Amino acid sequence: MLTNAVSRRRLLQGGLAGLVGLTLMPVRRAHAETSLTFDELYGKISVLGLTFSDKVKGLDGQPVAMKGFMAPPLKAESNFFVLTEIPMALCPFCSTDADWPDNIVVIYLDDARTFEQANALIEVEGRLEVGSWRDPETGFLSRLRIVDASFGAA
Amino acid sequence: MRGLLALLTATTCCVSAASATTVYPLDRATILARSPFDMKVEFDAVVKPDEVTVTVNGKPAEDVLGQDVEFVEKEEGLKDGVEASAVLIRGASIATPGSYTVQAKAGGETKSVTWNVYGTPAAPKAKNIIFFLGDGLSVAHRTAARIMSKGMTEGKANGRLNMDDLDHMAFIGTSSTGAIATDSANTMSAYMTGHKSAVNALGVYADRTKPSQDDPKVETIGEALRRTGGKSVGVVSTAELEDATPAAVVSHTRLRGDKADIVGMFYDVKPEILLGGGSAYFLPQATNGSKRKDDKDYIQMFRDAGYTLATDKSELEQANGTNSGKILGLFHTGNMDVTLDRDFLHKGTVDKFPNQPGLVQMTQVALDQLSKDEDGFFLMVEGASIDKMSHPMDWDRAEFETIEFDKAVGLGMDFAKTHPDTLIVVTGDHTHGVSLIGTVDDEKPGEEMREKVGTYAEAGFPNYEDKDGDGYPDRVDVTRRLAMFANNYPDYYETFRPKMDGPFEPAVKGADGTYVANEQYKDVPGAVLRTGNLPKSADSAVHAVDDVVLQATGPGSEEFKGYMEQSDVYKVLADVFALAPATN
Repeated sequence: MLTNAVSRRRLLQGGLAGLVGLTLMPVRRAHAETSLTFDELYGKISVLGLTFSDKVKGLDGQPVAMKGFMAPPLKAESNFFVLTEIPMALCPFCSTDADWPDNIVVIYLDDARTFEQANALIEVEGRLEVGSWRDPETGFLSRLRIVDASFGAA
Repeated sequence: MRGLLALLTATTCCVSAASATTVYPLDRATILARSPFDMKVEFDAVVKPDEVTVTVNGKPAEDVLGQDVEFVEKEEGLKDGVEASAVLIRGASIATPGSYTVQAKAGGETKSVTWNVYGTPAAPKAKNIIFFLGDGLSVAHRTAARIMSKGMTEGKANGRLNMDDLDHMAFIGTSSTGAIATDSANTMSAYMTGHKSAVNALGVYADRTKPSQDDPKVETIGEALRRTGGKSVGVVSTAELEDATPAAVVSHTRLRGDKADIVGMFYDVKPEILLGGGSAYFLPQATNGSKRKDDKDYIQMFRDAGYTLATDKSELEQANGTNSGKILGLFHTGNMDVTLDRDFLHKGTVDKFPNQPGLVQMTQVALDQLSKDEDGFFLMVEGASIDKMSHPMDWDRAEFETIEFDKAVGLGMDFAKTHPDTLIVVTGDHTHGVSLIGTVDDEKPGEEMREKVGTYAEAGFPNYEDKDGDGYPDRVDVTRRLAMFANNYPDYYETFRPKMDGPFEPAVKGADGTYVANEQYKDVPGAVLRTGNLPKSADSAVHAVDDVVLQATGPGSEEFKGYMEQSDVYKVLADVFALAPATN
């Protein structure tokens, strides 16, 4: 499984380099990831806060696959990015006036990557982590993450 | 010869650099008598304290301004490599109206500015002011709203908007202190303080240091009303309450983006009625959906301060029946959905927040509550998404917002009929580069959508219908609809059609950080790529510098006429409430 993940990532990087980043190779669905959609993240959405759905709570620590758009990254090379339901015009971190949506998922990759454009639907695979965690490097607090992740064209 | 020229150039250069000493409030500032403000002198370089004198009308500044002078030899937070001195006086005020000339000297250099301190009549002209602010409201929005809402026959409107019947008007200049162009922060701040400021700034002059909340402050109308009497204050918006326009009623920050802090500024002033979106900044960080970075629970804090909380339409109705006199209504974590999505298409985030009130209901509740105060009230009502939908050039949504805004204005005008001691002001804070140029007629021959744009005689009249008489067209996707275009834009796909699936997002950020046309609209039948005329850093259409049309009715409205600077509007409000009567 680890070998598969590594080879998939290499394939992706190779694909990115070879095609100047215009086309992402599809992620090969090789494992029993449970697919998760943005609509399924929250059970109760209210003005006073959002509650994770039973599905999300049940998948804590499990492999998942999610489709979405890569929000403009904080810096060109990074080991994490934010997955959003719709293409984002604003970098969620860069502008003080940026209003990013409630339903974001933070994606942590195994290693730093140079990111490509935000206009294409991607699919991310990795392990779901539920609960607050502050990134010691950026100070960014996330409540829902996909870690050990890889991604490709949806 | 060459040596002499070089010397002359050098001298000119130094003179001009020395004159860059800046005094806040700026030259020609208008200051309400007895209102507190901060004065700051920024010298170009490091100067010695014994070289510095600051006088007001020839007397020591501390004597005239009533506060001690603080000298800062080396200011912190300046640009890398820059060292310079400053003089600060916090919480100054001047009681006697008149002309005040400030002279700041350091060594051989002198900077001089003159302020106009104004008083007001002894007696108020009105008990209440309702200040309706259509964010971005431009002439095209009004014209299109009138045609869409009322219809037109043989060139004459079939009905009038409420704002069409306001008595007095003025053209308002909206430019900021640093540029001819402007944003909602400094524009609303000028209305709410009487001082112009820089883009992104609220209730402060924008100084040169980096921290956003150390800039020289001026008094907001919210604070002025707390200082001078017992009037109630209401703030109603379809945006986040921390957004620039509602924030300007109470806030002091160089950066409108300090939204978590702005909630604290609302808490300091505690307007009796607070209705809008933006709950995410009221929630402590541990709560999912919070955008705070601390543990403060402002929902609880406002409750503890006696506020009734309402989170949807029904709770707002219930809260209106309570006697607490204070309502915190938060109806969305972010900006509230627009009328077209909320009541017609059910797109946007309406599935998540299905029971949001509209601007009309919020205005009604605010008036019901605030009118109980025998001392009177100041109510600010913002139609926020006229602007928020004009940036992405979603004209149908912007027009429905304009119609809704006008309905809220109608409530205010009805209120004034039974409460004639009420001034009503209706204005925009800035304009957009938008025009109504004709119609788009799907029945016209031609392959390309541009051939279906009807101009001049070919425009005819649109075929919207309002069978249920609610003032909104029953459908926006009719076959002959209004043709509106922006004169400035990023790269985007023009579809010539209403966006039925949710608000338009014309451009998204590309690989190198610049904005590219959103491919989502590429395959809409007839869509064409328009190459932008704005810098590639622009994500949407921008504000125009064109004047705003302000209209008003009621006692004091006769003061609005001709051309006025945005900051002059505050003086009218101050006059109407008699905020600075002569003291002796």
